[in-house]
Amino acid sequence: MAKFILNGKPVVADVDADTPLLWVIRDELDMTGTKFGCGIGTCGACTVHVGGRATRSCITPVSAVEGANITTIEGLSANGDHPLQKAWQKHQVPQCGYCQSGQIMQAAALLKDIPEPSDAEIDAVMGGNLCRCMTYVRIREAIHEAADALKQGAKDDQAV
Amino acid sequence: MIRLSNKREAAGMTRRGFLVAMTAVGVSFGFPRSVLAAMDPATADGKVLPDEGALYEPSLWYSIDQAGKVKVNIIRAEMGQHVGTSIARILADELEVPWENVEIVHVDSAKKWGLMVTGGSWSVSQSWPVYRQAGAAGRTALIEAAAKKWGVSANACEAHAGKVISGNREISYGELVAMGLTRQFTENELKALPLKPNDDLQLVGKAVTSLDIANKTNGKAIFGIDAKVDGMVYAAPLLPPTRYGAKVTQMDDSAAKSVKGYQQTLVLDDPSGTVPGWVMVIADSFTAAQKAAAKVKVSWQAGAAAKVSEADIINHGRELLKDSSKGAILDTGDTNTDAVFAKAGDTIEHEYLTATVLHAQMEPLNALVFRNQDGIWEIHSGCQWQSLTTPVLAKALGVSEDEITIRAYLLGGGFGRRLNGDYTVPAALASKALGGKPVKMLMMRPQDLAFDSPRSASVQQLKMAFDENKGVVAMEHHATAGWPTEVMIPVFMPKGINGQPYDPFSIAGADHWYSVGAQKVRAVSNDLANDSFRPGWLRSVSPGWTGWAVESFMDEAAHHAGKDPLEFRLQLLTAEGRNAGAGPIAAGGASRQAAVLKKAAAMIGWGSPQPEGTGLGIASTFGQERDMPTWVAVAAQVHVDKATGLVDVQKLYVAVDAGIIVDPNGAEAQCQGAALWGLSMALYEGTELVNGKFKDGNFDTYTPLRIGQTPEVKIEFMPSKMAPSGLGEPAVTPVAPAIANAIYNAVGVRLRKIPMTPDDVKNALKA
Repeated sequence: MAKFILNGKPVVADVDADTPLLWVIRDELDMTGTKFGCGIGTCGACTVHVGGRATRSCITPVSAVEGANITTIEGLSANGDHPLQKAWQKHQVPQCGYCQSGQIMQAAALLKDIPEPSDAEIDAVMGGNLCRCMTYVRIREAIHEAADALKQGAKDDQAV
Repeated sequence: MIRLSNKREAAGMTRRGFLVAMTAVGVSFGFPRSVLAAMDPATADGKVLPDEGALYEPSLWYSIDQAGKVKVNIIRAEMGQHVGTSIARILADELEVPWENVEIVHVDSAKKWGLMVTGGSWSVSQSWPVYRQAGAAGRTALIEAAAKKWGVSANACEAHAGKVISGNREISYGELVAMGLTRQFTENELKALPLKPNDDLQLVGKAVTSLDIANKTNGKAIFGIDAKVDGMVYAAPLLPPTRYGAKVTQMDDSAAKSVKGYQQTLVLDDPSGTVPGWVMVIADSFTAAQKAAAKVKVSWQAGAAAKVSEADIINHGRELLKDSSKGAILDTGDTNTDAVFAKAGDTIEHEYLTATVLHAQMEPLNALVFRNQDGIWEIHSGCQWQSLTTPVLAKALGVSEDEITIRAYLLGGGFGRRLNGDYTVPAALASKALGGKPVKMLMMRPQDLAFDSPRSASVQQLKMAFDENKGVVAMEHHATAGWPTEVMIPVFMPKGINGQPYDPFSIAGADHWYSVGAQKVRAVSNDLANDSFRPGWLRSVSPGWTGWAVESFMDEAAHHAGKDPLEFRLQLLTAEGRNAGAGPIAAGGASRQAAVLKKAAAMIGWGSPQPEGTGLGIASTFGQERDMPTWVAVAAQVHVDKATGLVDVQKLYVAVDAGIIVDPNGAEAQCQGAALWGLSMALYEGTELVNGKFKDGNFDTYTPLRIGQTPEVKIEFMPSKMAPSGLGEPAVTPVAPAIANAIYNAVGVRLRKIPMTPDDVKNALKA
């Protein structure tokens, strides 16, 4: 029996301890925004946050996240309006869209660690996320835009 | 075979042939809807929103309800092109409705839609006349209804923003629909309808919100892999050692019986011959199916391909090309090159190779299949070519095509892989074996790649003859590869001037727009490739490799002639004779190719001095087909590290003439992605057949472009009032040769095989 916190809510799933977290989220808990791409952690489509850290859920056994806080694309923001999601929409980043949950979750972790990333830092951190439509040019643009929005938001908060 | 109104029209899959097929209307069948499908990519669950009150359907392609909402039926698959947004706006513009009143509906397969295929970069180009006529029909009917109501002439009324207006009177479309409109139009009436002047188009060419984008940022987009239905079981496939000819000799599932949730293992019996030797392990859950599959022991007798590898395909191709009686000669005007070459004192000849390329779309192949309560087989899976896939399923299931429907889902990448719907067959056979029970099959990545229908390896030999002033007087292009069209839908093969059939998607691009005097283009099917794996259509199809040969060779010819490669090309793009171009899309011909070449050259600063080890290269193509040309030129800047052989592509500047650009933002995105596909195939992709199997099985060794390898990409569109051509693929085609030409200019070595690896660069530098 696996127990963890998914997008702020405690969840329980009757699965074997070695079941990859990805399939618990998708098949047992019916959250299909997180995608399967390679099964060996090389493409990033399955990226979720475990305790705020970007994690490849396809190679993470559910036993390793017992009790942990897991965030998926569905829980990144209340109304799909995280600055990254807004920037993704404004720049019309997604093409087929299949890898984009993973891209956005990886980018969200990036901005927590490096609030104003350079192109080189974006390339380094996002390098594990494959996009077969090759939307990379717009991913870079949207991350910069979201970083600016977050910075502006922080300033506004200070002003209040 | 395929549902076409007329088989003669099928011969030669031309843009026009498809258009005829697309507008042909058959008989609709209806059955109650069940479970989900991604019909409307803008709603959270993919479900179509309910209509309000009365409904008016001026044509097959859309309806208007009493609230003035317009639902546009889209028969094309959404796989990243925002195709519904492009097509619906063509209709909305002509119909005169505001964008916020428009919804798109990706329809399930049915005969009434005619040919359902999403490929060839055809969607917008072919939909343009059809949806404009359809929009004009609705506008005309609504104006007529308002005029009648007011007792005025239709000429005194105009349509604007979802209303009909006459003087100071106005009435909304919704109110008119509520009156009960039934007006229908015959084909002849449709053709006679006046269209808005292109200059008056309000939505075409402007920024609008793409209707599928938001759900692709919040996890709500529904792909085939997300399909679910109550009571479904999961299938983990076990694949045979060869694509064809394999037989199961032994199967032992005793060890699997200890796995909780394991049900049984099926050795498939496939009357369609699509998946010979497949075994499906059935269980209650995905993970149980995977665990059980690891414990099922299967022995196979392999097919003949187990003794075939990449070098065999290439060498067989060379043998085929040696025999001049093989293959089809295309109609390129004066094909009598022999006489010219015989007396030419100055000729060049080079061979170009391309390796096998995998699709590796992000969403691994999958399908959910069951027989619903009405006895219809429902296929839940992303599909690019429903009209090709349905007959195969019918044969596999032993039912008529009318008993099968393919439900619409978003595609986690198409790139041509989902044109060939072979992956739906094993799920269908498993469901059939289980009495129509829902079976969900998902392939693991190694299986997805092993079962790919890749872009075949190719061999191309090009020759050019010069006169005493180094003027070009003749050219030949001989090409061979595995032919997907021959393998999967031979009825679509036109005939060459020697009466031999050929796969247009395995030679287009060689029939270029340069005026080179006598010109011979010969296409030869590589039968060893066809027999050893299933060749597929892959984004940009043949122009992705014929363009590589033509544009590398043009550069070599320019250097041979002692001319600047840009000038050399421009001198051959004289736009005379058959290269003048004709018709609403192709008119202007080679002069438009010259224009994009000049544009790309100006963008990158052609001729400007470059640092040591750095070079510029240029190349240009006409996209996919001569009768639907998209003119593209790419200028690349690369730096080559001589010590490591690493090629760093720093800039890809792309100039495109695709006629009227319907969706500017989407068009730019398609060209960015396509140019980077070109780069990815040029340097980072490519696999090889090893004893009947592709060498690479996952993204650890199959390595498409990553963000850190992405150069600066600039796209510029030529302003145009010509009818739109296509944009999904064309920008792939000139990138590899532009990079090869830039490498030559950077370090003086000529590479004639893609992918161009660091070892290739180092070896060439040593030579």
